[in-house]
Amino acid sequence: MIPVPEINLGGVLPALILGVAGLLATLLGLFVRKGAATVGAIIGFTAVLIALAANAPLRFMNTPAFSGMIVLDTFSWFFNLLILLSVGLTILISMKYLTDQGLDLYEYFAILLFSSVGMMFMVSGTHLLMIFVGLETLSIGVYVLTGVLPKSSKASEASLKYLLLGSFSSALFLYGAALLYGASGSLSLAGLAKYFQSGSVSTMGLIGMGLLLVGFSFKVAAVPFHMWTPDVYDGAPSPITGFMSVGVKAAAFAAFLRVFFECFGSAQVTWSHILWILAVLTMILGNLAALVQSNIKRMLAYSSIAHAGYILIGMVAGTAMGAAGILYYLLAYIFTNLGAFAVVTMVGRKGEANISIDDYRGLGKSHPALALAMSIFLFSLAGIPPTAGFIGKFTIFGAAIASGYIWLVIIGVLTSAASVFYYFRVVMKMYMEAPEVEPESLKFSPSMALALTLTVMVVLYIGIFPTTYLNLATESVKSLF
Amino acid sequence: MVTLEHYLVLSALLFALGIAGVMLRRNLIVILMSLELMMNAVNLSFVAFSRYLGSIEGQIFVLFVMVVAAAEVAVGLAIAVAVFKQRGTININDISLLKW
Repeated sequence: MIPVPEINLGGVLPALILGVAGLLATLLGLFVRKGAATVGAIIGFTAVLIALAANAPLRFMNTPAFSGMIVLDTFSWFFNLLILLSVGLTILISMKYLTDQGLDLYEYFAILLFSSVGMMFMVSGTHLLMIFVGLETLSIGVYVLTGVLPKSSKASEASLKYLLLGSFSSALFLYGAALLYGASGSLSLAGLAKYFQSGSVSTMGLIGMGLLLVGFSFKVAAVPFHMWTPDVYDGAPSPITGFMSVGVKAAAFAAFLRVFFECFGSAQVTWSHILWILAVLTMILGNLAALVQSNIKRMLAYSSIAHAGYILIGMVAGTAMGAAGILYYLLAYIFTNLGAFAVVTMVGRKGEANISIDDYRGLGKSHPALALAMSIFLFSLAGIPPTAGFIGKFTIFGAAIASGYIWLVIIGVLTSAASVFYYFRVVMKMYMEAPEVEPESLKFSPSMALALTLTVMVVLYIGIFPTTYLNLATESVKSLF
Repeated sequence: MVTLEHYLVLSALLFALGIAGVMLRRNLIVILMSLELMMNAVNLSFVAFSRYLGSIEGQIFVLFVMVVAAAEVAVGLAIAVAVFKQRGTININDISLLKW
């Protein structure tokens, strides 16, 4: 008689709901002739709302499930929440985008939901197999979404580059997993943690750890593994770029944190040196390259590389405070960056014709509300109070100082001062300059208005009253330490 | 006598060949094949370790890697077809609209 392991479907309910909704959207899309995209969007958005409710009980749990393949704890709860928020906002932004482009793609929403299922398994995985399968489910979905525009040769090129470099990094990740398996005889994070605590770590184990680090660095776009980022962010449809810059980054950082703190925690001295160098390179190169961009999507791509650098500071700090800072930073970043990409989608118009920074000239006069929203997002990205981005940077830098990484913080502050320059260039263009030809007025759709209002309000709210959210972040990282 | 080291060296060689293929070859299909080679090199390591350690976990991992690699290559070929339809070439030196 084969013993049947306990199956806890309740714990993975949020992911299940999104998966079923994705299937439903695919099926219904076959029968609906016109407006299939709207049907897909409605199903997707409803599923996100239900999944948010189903995710709530996870906050008070701390149990392994599915024979130790995943764990249901506050950390998973927090990241599930982040993923659901980013998918929900992306769906709202995409509805307007697809209408503008005149595309009726229901697959778009189905694939979006499937890739968020991958993210959810990735953030709760406690076994390298689960993390790998989650990572690939999310990546393959995003490869397809990047190239979803049928006529755009830019989009297909971006998706090709993403696929090639993405699978390359997955192969490195896999090789790392294989070497760790050979060294320790286990693939579960608990088994690996035991091996690393034993003190006698072989070279093979260390190489394995290094390869995992490279794999994760690719996914979070840390320099020197960032080459794909600007091209892919530029070529992908604007809402998907927003989704990649927040959702994929959050999921990758979640797995990065869990693997490195939970199982390589005892080898921290080794990897925090490497991450120190990566963080410095990432901040400097990201911010410098962003200075000279004339395309807003490319500028935001380099800015997102720079933000990965700031988040890495929190990992180098290596304390619960640093990790909590990362969680809060990602929460703030989701709303800020998706908001910014919502504005990019609005201004971009049909065929993304207007994605140069010069297209923002005179926006302050023609669309004061949109320009104000964009300014708030840019302030938050630059880390200026009273926005959420300021508190995020403040917490992470504070944690690094507490752990004694003064130089790292000095570089961080200097580079973020440099970043103010390119963020403010857009604000200047919006308010101080006039366009050569007065463009047609932009049309808001209800979903877009909802997305913009939500993001602006949250960016300001959690920037002014951050305590609750910082406490939540602190509570969520407890299971890692 | 074939020992664990033999398998590991072979796997490392195949992996290096795959990396070289991805870096040096310009034909998209060959690059996709090289990526497959990298994945399969890892599979070889997994199976060798699994036999050596007497644990089944590594072999289970290999099955999943095979599934994932197949899915990835399916998407990769679909994208290659889309690119070929738009530009009439699959030489990656000619696919360079996006530059910094």
